[in-house]
Amino acid sequence: MMTIFEKQSSSYENQLTETDGKKPAVALGEINAQQLSIRLGTGASEFEAVQAVDFNIQPGEFVCLLGPSGCGKSTLLGALAGHIIPASGVLEVDGQAITGPSPERGMVFQHHTLFPWLNIVDNVAFGLKMRGVNKAERHAQALEMLQQVGLHDVATRWPSQLSGGMQQRVEIARVLINKPRLLLMDEPFGALDAQTRLKMQQLLLDIWSRIRTTLVFVTHDIDEALFLADRILVMSPRPGRFIKNLPVNFARPRTTGLVTTPEFMQLKRHCLDLLNHEEGRQLPRLSPLGLPPETRIAV
Amino acid sequence: MASFKKTNARPSRFTTAGMQLGSVAACVLLWHFASTLRIDLGVITFSNVPTPQAVISAIWQLLQSNALLPHLGSSLARVFSGYLMAAVAGVTLGLLIGRSRKAENWLMPPLELLRPIPAVAWIPLAILMFPSSEASMIFITFTGALFPILLNTIHGVEAVDPRLIASSRSLGASPRAILREVVLPGALPSIFTGLSIGMGTSWFCLVTAEMISGQWGIGYYTWSSYVIQNYADIVVGMLLIGLLGMGSSWLIKRIGDWLTPWYRLQGKS
Ligand SMILES: Nc1ncnc2c1ncn2[C@@H]1O[C@H](COP(=O)(O)OP(=O)(O)O)[C@@H](O)[C@H]1O
Ligand SMILES: [Mg+2]
Repeated sequence: MMTIFEKQSSSYENQLTETDGKKPAVALGEINAQQLSIRLGTGASEFEAVQAVDFNIQPGEFVCLLGPSGCGKSTLLGALAGHIIPASGVLEVDGQAITGPSPERGMVFQHHTLFPWLNIVDNVAFGLKMRGVNKAERHAQALEMLQQVGLHDVATRWPSQLSGGMQQRVEIARVLINKPRLLLMDEPFGALDAQTRLKMQQLLLDIWSRIRTTLVFVTHDIDEALFLADRILVMSPRPGRFIKNLPVNFARPRTTGLVTTPEFMQLKRHCLDLLNHEEGRQLPRLSPLGLPPETRIAV
Repeated sequence: MASFKKTNARPSRFTTAGMQLGSVAACVLLWHFASTLRIDLGVITFSNVPTPQAVISAIWQLLQSNALLPHLGSSLARVFSGYLMAAVAGVTLGLLIGRSRKAENWLMPPLELLRPIPAVAWIPLAILMFPSSEASMIFITFTGALFPILLNTIHGVEAVDPRLIASSRSLGASPRAILREVVLPGALPSIFTGLSIGMGTSWFCLVTAEMISGQWGIGYYTWSSYVIQNYADIVVGMLLIGLLGMGSSWLIKRIGDWLTPWYRLQGKS
């Protein structure tokens, strides 16, 4: 099954290595998690949302977390952002434990969180303002960043005057202006219509090819994950665990034509099987003997 | 739903103004007939109510007596100083209580206890606490404005979207910056609602406050007219208070609209 993609794998790795002797162009933004567990809720209703996961994400890698609703994807992303403190295990970025939110780890949610009282350019410049950059300088940088997402002409509008897709583009610009090591995206295009969503996916790949960060992208849409990612981590429902580490080695730059190729279809079939299999399976979380061994796939 | 109905059948500006004027005119007309015909319905009687004509001539007299300016001046000074202090205290306390559970636990119980106490009940204590009667009157207008401002500020702060706060932390905002850049602007529309209501309640307490005034003030004028049974003057005082209260509330609301231009866009519609 995987042989088709292994061929492409080598070509993609060449792409990366060609730019810079040994390492990819980006050296920062490596994520390392060992035996990471995250508990949610309080008191009697407390439960394990993410259970003893191990994973490593390389600097500059585009990884999708794929899984059904409620499996703990947002929880894991929240821990990476620093909004949720893990119960146990190791969670590090470039060898440093995550202790709280930081502009080095930018977060984009499904529904935009632009400040309604700031116009677009001031929203984008917010991070710079927090760092004490003067107004002229931060406006210049914010306009430059808006240009990158193709929105320089709406700088003086209010967020509520923009379409959903534009709001998400502003959100991305606002995060990227801080030059983060990680870009964390939680179903960022989930609320958009199909057409806009496709455009946004391509725009994101385009931006990511220019401004390279490690990108962790949460989605429950198989097509989206396959189209975007270098690698997909497939999650199972409660308690969240990884059931598959799936490299996606389609050549870049990718175009919408990709989704109709047989290779794409085959990989999609594979993902569907993984997710369906998980759905039909008896949930192991109530067993006092721990999880069945076959579900503990190290990634 | 209600707003939908309103916008659906929105008449032109001209007809709106006409309707509003017409409704005031209808009220005056009703008052005119009720008082000139001395209507007596048993539970309510208009036989001693001054007529509009009597009130108009009382207004004319007040205008000519050059007592109006000192009355207005004293009242405005009292209301505004009490209101200003209430605004500062209400917004500061509201931000604190809205943001901190600890502050809420410490400050809310006594404030909840003080809140239902009407202005009249404060008079004796105010006289005992403040050596100058001017200070006691300001204190009473202060108590009137404080609670609407405080409660609306708390409400506004608590209603700030927690996702905005999470985002601002991810963008590098310190706790102080969160308060200044996110919580305050987020709560601003609600704060201005409180400030506008507080302006009204501050005027509301004026008559009570000026019961202890020696000489000047619209409230004092109204109260003393009652004491000397000068009924037309009571109505003049009432109208003046209503007009000034409405005008200053409107002013605060306009300032609020001007400071929160984004709010009208996403708000009502
Ligand atoms: N604050 C919370 N308290 C308790 N349970 C929560 C909380 N947030 C999420 N959950 C639950 O935890 C599970 C994982 O949630 P989440 O990470 O949001 O899933 P996903 O993003 O994959 O849809 C879900 O079953 C959800 O209902
Ligand atoms: Mg989610």
